[in-house]
Amino acid sequence: MRARTRRLYTFGLAALLVLGAAILAFFALRENANLFYTPEVLAEKGLPREGKEVKVGGWVEPGTLTYSDGGTTMQFIVIDNSPNIITVRFNGVAPDLFREGQGVVATGSFAPDGTFTAKQLLAKHDENYQPRELKPLEAGG
Amino acid sequence: MIEAGHFAAFLAIALSLAQGIFGLRGERRLAGLAAISAFAVMALSFLTLINAFVTSDFSVALVANNSHTLKPMVYKIAGTWGNHEGSMALWCLVTIGFGAIAAATMNTGRQVFEARALGIQGLLGVGALAYLLFASSPYLRLDPAPFQGGELNPLLQDPALAIHPPMLYLGYVGYSFIFALAAAGLMEGRIDRVWAKEVRIWSLAAFAPLTFGIALGSYWAYYELGWGGWWFWDPVENASLMPWLIGAALLHSVVVTEKREGFAAWTALLAVLAFLFSILGAFLVRSGVLTSVHAFAVDPERGTVLLMGLLAYGGFALGLFAWRAPKLEGGKAWTLISREGALMANNVVLIVAALTVLLGTLFPLIAEAFGRTISVGEPYFNLTFVPILTLILILLPIVQAWAWGKADVKGWLRWAAAGAALVAVFLLLGVGLLDISAGAAFGLALGVWLVGGAIWELKRRAITPGRVFKLPRRVWSMTLAHIGLGLFVIGAVVETTGRYEATLALPEGGSGTVAGWNITLDEIRAIEGPNWYADRAVLTARKDGQTATLTPMKRYYPAAAMPTTETAIHKTGAGDLYIALGEAREVDGESRWVFRVYFNPLVDVLFLGVTLIGLGGFLGLWPSRRAARPAAAEASL
Repeated sequence: MRARTRRLYTFGLAALLVLGAAILAFFALRENANLFYTPEVLAEKGLPREGKEVKVGGWVEPGTLTYSDGGTTMQFIVIDNSPNIITVRFNGVAPDLFREGQGVVATGSFAPDGTFTAKQLLAKHDENYQPRELKPLEAGG
Repeated sequence: MIEAGHFAAFLAIALSLAQGIFGLRGERRLAGLAAISAFAVMALSFLTLINAFVTSDFSVALVANNSHTLKPMVYKIAGTWGNHEGSMALWCLVTIGFGAIAAATMNTGRQVFEARALGIQGLLGVGALAYLLFASSPYLRLDPAPFQGGELNPLLQDPALAIHPPMLYLGYVGYSFIFALAAAGLMEGRIDRVWAKEVRIWSLAAFAPLTFGIALGSYWAYYELGWGGWWFWDPVENASLMPWLIGAALLHSVVVTEKREGFAAWTALLAVLAFLFSILGAFLVRSGVLTSVHAFAVDPERGTVLLMGLLAYGGFALGLFAWRAPKLEGGKAWTLISREGALMANNVVLIVAALTVLLGTLFPLIAEAFGRTISVGEPYFNLTFVPILTLILILLPIVQAWAWGKADVKGWLRWAAAGAALVAVFLLLGVGLLDISAGAAFGLALGVWLVGGAIWELKRRAITPGRVFKLPRRVWSMTLAHIGLGLFVIGAVVETTGRYEATLALPEGGSGTVAGWNITLDEIRAIEGPNWYADRAVLTARKDGQTATLTPMKRYYPAAAMPTTETAIHKTGAGDLYIALGEAREVDGESRWVFRVYFNPLVDVLFLGVTLIGLGGFLGLWPSRRAARPAAAEASL
């Protein structure tokens, strides 16, 4: 095979793969990039599609933490600087630094009634670390 | 004491600068001497830092912020690199160390090339040291010195995390010398066999520890975070995966340059990119531009300095590349159906896979520029990275038998039949009998295909079974790595698709059932360690006559004011029974403790696979008896 023909094939194949990957990435990002909702954003934009994975963040309102399902599910209310709230349910163990009054970021999806079922909870990781999504909230508060 | 270390670091920067000047002027011997002396003084400087940690000298700001007298000795020492400034000191030490080892061992017979490589390594050392001394100095004193220190982040007080940073840095920084070799080769315009042989050895020297570093970090995340998983597609993890993928591509492409003088420009480009991606990783981790679940002290200003360094190094190397690459020779002729073609496909796939990781990692930043806060998680990577990589894994056992130049593919029908039969068997047995998903059955078949293919290739190369152990070490190195890859695929598929998890809330004496295991909470006891106290649960797990005692803990480190989760893992032949202890909850008038219980099937197979990949890399580094006299051959040409 002549070097030029080979180069043509090589670049053709590589371009095809890159194109395929780009298309995959485009659809994967469109479907799976998780939007971030604070109670205020939720009030503005309305509920996302049911079952669509999103993130929710804010402060755990003190005095709202309750347990159900024999103690395996926790439920609490997330607030921000707006008058709105989001009710979050989570089946599992709270992160080490989960506290009422502290920041929390949850990944999961909304039910039609507006309650949020989380499959993962993140809290402040250590004294120097704060989930990045919450920084604007803190500055505003 | 620490002032001596501070002074030694200044001496090291001067010696590295001398190394750079001598090297670029082509003075091999002087550059080598400077490199070795720079290493000696930097090692002394690093020892003064370790000494400050060991003796808990809280007048040193770094020690006061990151250590504590009650901390066990091993974590006092590991604390030296368990923080930003100390880890940058380690980065400098490793950069200079690679230069010194190269100065002592390089023997290509090309004085000017070696001198230039050492010179560029010296300048990289100057850059790293300047960043250390002027942007993140670990040598600063506190006045007055506090009586007691803060604490190393308790999450990092762990055996795997004590050796994870040095391993990772041997990998990241190992690529600095490959960068130097590439730049020196491009300056000479000679990217040929001799160059490739040198780059291949150093690529293994970086790739093997990088593999272990990533594996240790992953294993740590598995048992320490208490989330049951081993990879979270977190930016910090992706930052280490990208140089690894590029390093893997480089290992395959440099073989073509070594054996056939082909892919010269491409190999040189990969050699440059591997290090640029290592710095990009440091930037992503240290600047705090991305959200990570892992704890890192971040500082946007340092991020800016790292970004400028990245642009300077990148601009220099890519400029050199654009100038010299068009003049490089093409090597021996080949067709697409050949070993060259197969290795090219390997490279394209690995690089495209690395780019999908890059896109997924940076996309939140791009979106933020447009005013939207989003994150990209596991589903994106499962839809892009996984299928792209699967392509090359399917082909691997077939194409590794292809010859250089032009391969004979008469046997392709047999390969296709064998592959189809394998998939059919796994689909029938897996989906039909064991009720797993079709995707999982296919993934398992792929893993078995890879392991079988690697063994088949070994057999093919040995021709007769008796010669298997006489094969060159690099063949064994490749075989181990490919078997490891297959085992990793098997473990990853089984663990990801077969993981079982549930939450239990138990009062003392209560019990529940997860994945067939009956789990009883016998008691909760308060215990104390050297620098922590803890609630420790004693659980008895029973299944089909097996009994195991698990003792997960929730520790509290008062000095750091921080709790950590210590999971308990019971190994069975089929996988890990894994329990993390949560908090106490008041439910129905009684106190219940909550537990997250996982059954992670074949997770050890996954880690064994990665370990074999790393061991394969180290085996390839071991000099073989026959390759002991290359310099003489080159000198006589």
